[in-house]
Amino acid sequence: MKVALFIPCYIDALYPKVGIATLELLERLGVEVDYPLNQTCCGQPLGNEGDQKNAAAAERLFVDNFKGYDYIVGPAGSCVKHVRHHLDAIEQTTDVQSVRKNTYELVEFLHDILKLRDFSNVTFSHRVAVHNSCSSIRGLQLASCSEVMGPRWNKTEALLERVKGLELVHIDRPDECCGFGGTFAVTDEAVSAKMGLDKVRDYERHGIEYVVSPDMSCLMHQEGVSKMQQMPIQFVHIAQVLNQGPF
Amino acid sequence: MSTTKVKVAENAAKFIQQDDIHEKLHDQNLWNVRMRRDTVASAIPEWEELRTLASRIKEHTLTHLDEYVLQFADNAEKRGIKVHWASTAEDHNRIVYEILASHQVKRLVKSKSMLQEECHMAPYLEKRGITLTETDLGERIQQLSGQDPSHIVMPAIHQTKEDIAKLFAEKIGTDPNKVDANYLTEAMRNNARPKFLEAEATMTGANFAIAETGSFVVCTNEGNADLGAAIAPLHIASIGIEKMVPKVEDMGVFIRLLSRSAVGTAATQYTSHFSGPRKGTEMHIILTDHGRSHRLGLEDFWSSLKCIRCGACMNTCPVYRRSGGLSYGATYSGPIGIILDPSYDEDKYSELPFHSSLCGSCTEVCPVRIDIAEQIVKWRKVMSAKKKLPVGLRLAFGVTGTVFKYPWVFRTAEAAGKWALKFAPDALIYNKTLNAWGRQRKLPEFADQTFRDWYLKNRNKEPKA
Ligand code: SF4
Repeated sequence: MKVALFIPCYIDALYPKVGIATLELLERLGVEVDYPLNQTCCGQPLGNEGDQKNAAAAERLFVDNFKGYDYIVGPAGSCVKHVRHHLDAIEQTTDVQSVRKNTYELVEFLHDILKLRDFSNVTFSHRVAVHNSCSSIRGLQLASCSEVMGPRWNKTEALLERVKGLELVHIDRPDECCGFGGTFAVTDEAVSAKMGLDKVRDYERHGIEYVVSPDMSCLMHQEGVSKMQQMPIQFVHIAQVLNQGPF
Repeated sequence: MSTTKVKVAENAAKFIQQDDIHEKLHDQNLWNVRMRRDTVASAIPEWEELRTLASRIKEHTLTHLDEYVLQFADNAEKRGIKVHWASTAEDHNRIVYEILASHQVKRLVKSKSMLQEECHMAPYLEKRGITLTETDLGERIQQLSGQDPSHIVMPAIHQTKEDIAKLFAEKIGTDPNKVDANYLTEAMRNNARPKFLEAEATMTGANFAIAETGSFVVCTNEGNADLGAAIAPLHIASIGIEKMVPKVEDMGVFIRLLSRSAVGTAATQYTSHFSGPRKGTEMHIILTDHGRSHRLGLEDFWSSLKCIRCGACMNTCPVYRRSGGLSYGATYSGPIGIILDPSYDEDKYSELPFHSSLCGSCTEVCPVRIDIAEQIVKWRKVMSAKKKLPVGLRLAFGVTGTVFKYPWVFRTAEAAGKWALKFAPDALIYNKTLNAWGRQRKLPEFADQTFRDWYLKNRNKEPKA
């Protein structure tokens, strides 16, 4: 199995520990991982804003870097969702199509491809709320969404369920958007910040110590709001929990 | 109509910042409606199939719309209903006025109709000497406030009980200290009753128009449409041509979905089928296009015509709940507004598609499965291609595009960003984007080394090129 590690730009610069945790975790699980060194960004921030011309260049580079691998794994739901569903500013060659199909978010890869559930060798003794991003839920079906009637599932929680000492808590509005939304966070500052504030207050009401997520971009926003309010809540990526660090 | 660009983000900020009450209540009340919707929907095992069926019926009807509209008009005429055709809002309003004038109508009661809102009918008629009374409680509140409806089902949801108590005290003489909902509703009921009796004509909209029978269906919770239609000698209904459904039996799908999606009840209190004039009275319908056939021709946006105006997408929208409907400056607000409004005026509503976190919740609640979130992204693409991106975004993305295109520029930018964040004091962040981030959120700290640097050191590999 040829696996490439996709470290989105903001994780590279702001959250290298998440990248390290992801790499170490995969290696520990016996996966051989390559890290293509010329990667930058999947083009999501551009595509989301409707800027197809600029997105195309980023997308072309993405495919050049990642073609030929069996799986491309990235610890970031929204970026993976973009690659899978919206990498369409360029011509859809077979390379492009297979890169799109083979790109997985980390939780998906662990849950669906490696079919792992039992992380009982990991200890994390905290009150934890899981935050699955909107892209992860509604774009990647990482968890069932509350709007749709029918079976319920949550792959992120399934991986955490057997972690020793970890107490999973559900907040009042578990899958309400936290207001990050990429550039929306700055172009619509007031609404975005209010949504973030409502989200962290929901954690606070439930005595949450750690928010665990497969998506750092939401956490960057939530943590920013929480710190501004001087709340003691910690925000970590699921790779950091399952790899027992680095924090 | 003015074409000044609606600054929706700014308006929303004002809605949030006005006090600690309005936005909080607005969010909570609408969230509660969404929760009630979840509860009643989950009690129906075939809920998701119903949505699919509703979507298919609408898609079928819209792709055969010419046939169904003609069938409906024929059958309606056979029932003694007078059918009028309006291609524009102006046509619609003129026809209404001509009918009213030919019957010497001075006083008109009307129930809720979003189409009449679209056409800005009320001011048109008032200018011509017609006294018009909204009979839906929420619409009446908005009429007395001099505001547009802020929600398509709950037009005054952005107002608190206290606001309404104050308004009623001023306008209909209630006790300003009594904020009890029952008291206020009763007061309005008493105020409205005589107006029903005096009115020489009534107007309604229609939720559905049934092609095979030529009858139309009006759903209300207050019975105001029925009362109006039962008393006045003249009934005019405004019907958008997209309201068609082929058969009566289709109501078994739509009625089950409508009120559950809208307010979380099994059905509206009143579901009335109007099938022709009462003896000695007249019934007119105005089949109105007002942009619908144009939209039907838009490949990316035609399916928005499936909308049954339930408002579920608004109730679930986290951005709408924090913004208040008036911020959108349009007849339709919230997710459905974002995808409908620009088809009327791309300049005026160019910022609407950007007022979304793209969470996608709207798409999942929509009872007729309109891919609302996808259409929001497509409208962004339209605005971007036509250079209607908000200026801030245009600048930011021109630069970002260049940065992501070339790995080495990206590395340099990363380094520069790191430098700037390290040395700029928190209060003096050098650029506007970061400022907008930093007012209410702490900035993340750039790490001492990037993942890539760490990797090169710790996995001991040389860069390839
Ligand atoms: S778009 Fe869908 S959810 Fe929104 S009002 Fe229309 S039918 Fe209801």
